[in-house]
Amino acid sequence: MAGQNASTVKLPLDLRDLVAFVAGGLFGAGLLVSGMIDTRKVQGWLDFFGDWDPTLAFVLGGAVLPMTFVWRIAERRCVSLLGTPIPDRSPAKLDRALVTGSLMFGAGWGLVGLCPGPALASFAIGGWGGALFLLAMVSGMVLAPMVAGWLSSRTTS
Amino acid sequence: MIEQDWIWGAVGGLMIGGAAAIYLLVNGRIMGASGILGGLVDGTGRSTIMERLAFLFGALAVPPLLVPLYDRVDTQITTNPVIIIVAGLLVGIGTRLANGCTSGHGVCGISRFAPRGLASTGLYLLGGAITVLVFRHPLEVI
Repeated sequence: MAGQNASTVKLPLDLRDLVAFVAGGLFGAGLLVSGMIDTRKVQGWLDFFGDWDPTLAFVLGGAVLPMTFVWRIAERRCVSLLGTPIPDRSPAKLDRALVTGSLMFGAGWGLVGLCPGPALASFAIGGWGGALFLLAMVSGMVLAPMVAGWLSSRTTS
Repeated sequence: MIEQDWIWGAVGGLMIGGAAAIYLLVNGRIMGASGILGGLVDGTGRSTIMERLAFLFGALAVPPLLVPLYDRVDTQITTNPVIIIVAGLLVGIGTRLANGCTSGHGVCGISRFAPRGLASTGLYLLGGAITVLVFRHPLEVI
């Protein structure tokens, strides 16, 4: 174990990519198993004043609970197993972009019942509607920097 | 009484949390679907392009493999193209402005007790609940 500083050891890029593929696959599979690719179930969760469906609370709880422990481990380690830094905490700044963006996202989520993860995971089985949603969502992501610029120009004027 | 759907929800949730744990502990990255995709779309994630593509390929390609084992696979998405386009644009613009969605701000943010994640989650739930309230009940368009 002599010599070299561990942080200078560069692991092959393909291991990182393989792990990303495994994580993406597990994420997509979890979205399918949990029923979150079913737009009616998601809209049912948001329908607090109608026929409310609590399934999404179990999904979120199932995902958040193990992650509270994982975050503690990660923040104590400071670096990942592949040597990259654990992302810093963002400053607790609630700006206009966060508020406007979150409300816009919520409105779109409620209208169709798809958020970005399930839109990807259901692509192969979502028919033309799912494909059209994904296309519109990617277009929105292209337009987002312009909207952000417009929002900040309104703030300063 | 616990319903079948809730158990599947919790099992799927654990899988989603497991995926976020792997991505964080091994790769040192926050698993946020809108960030991973958005960084490719607007070019801000150029330095991690292969990692992003690999994640997205997994998320796109693995669920269809499970479909034969599984009976609940209908997305039941609306057939109104105007609603789909408007909603897709709102989700795309909104998640990039807010810098996160249900996976990044929701799963990863809440579990870190991150103020921005908690605030964003409260706001998109509010936005979604108001939208369903208005467009489902009086207007009956969704």
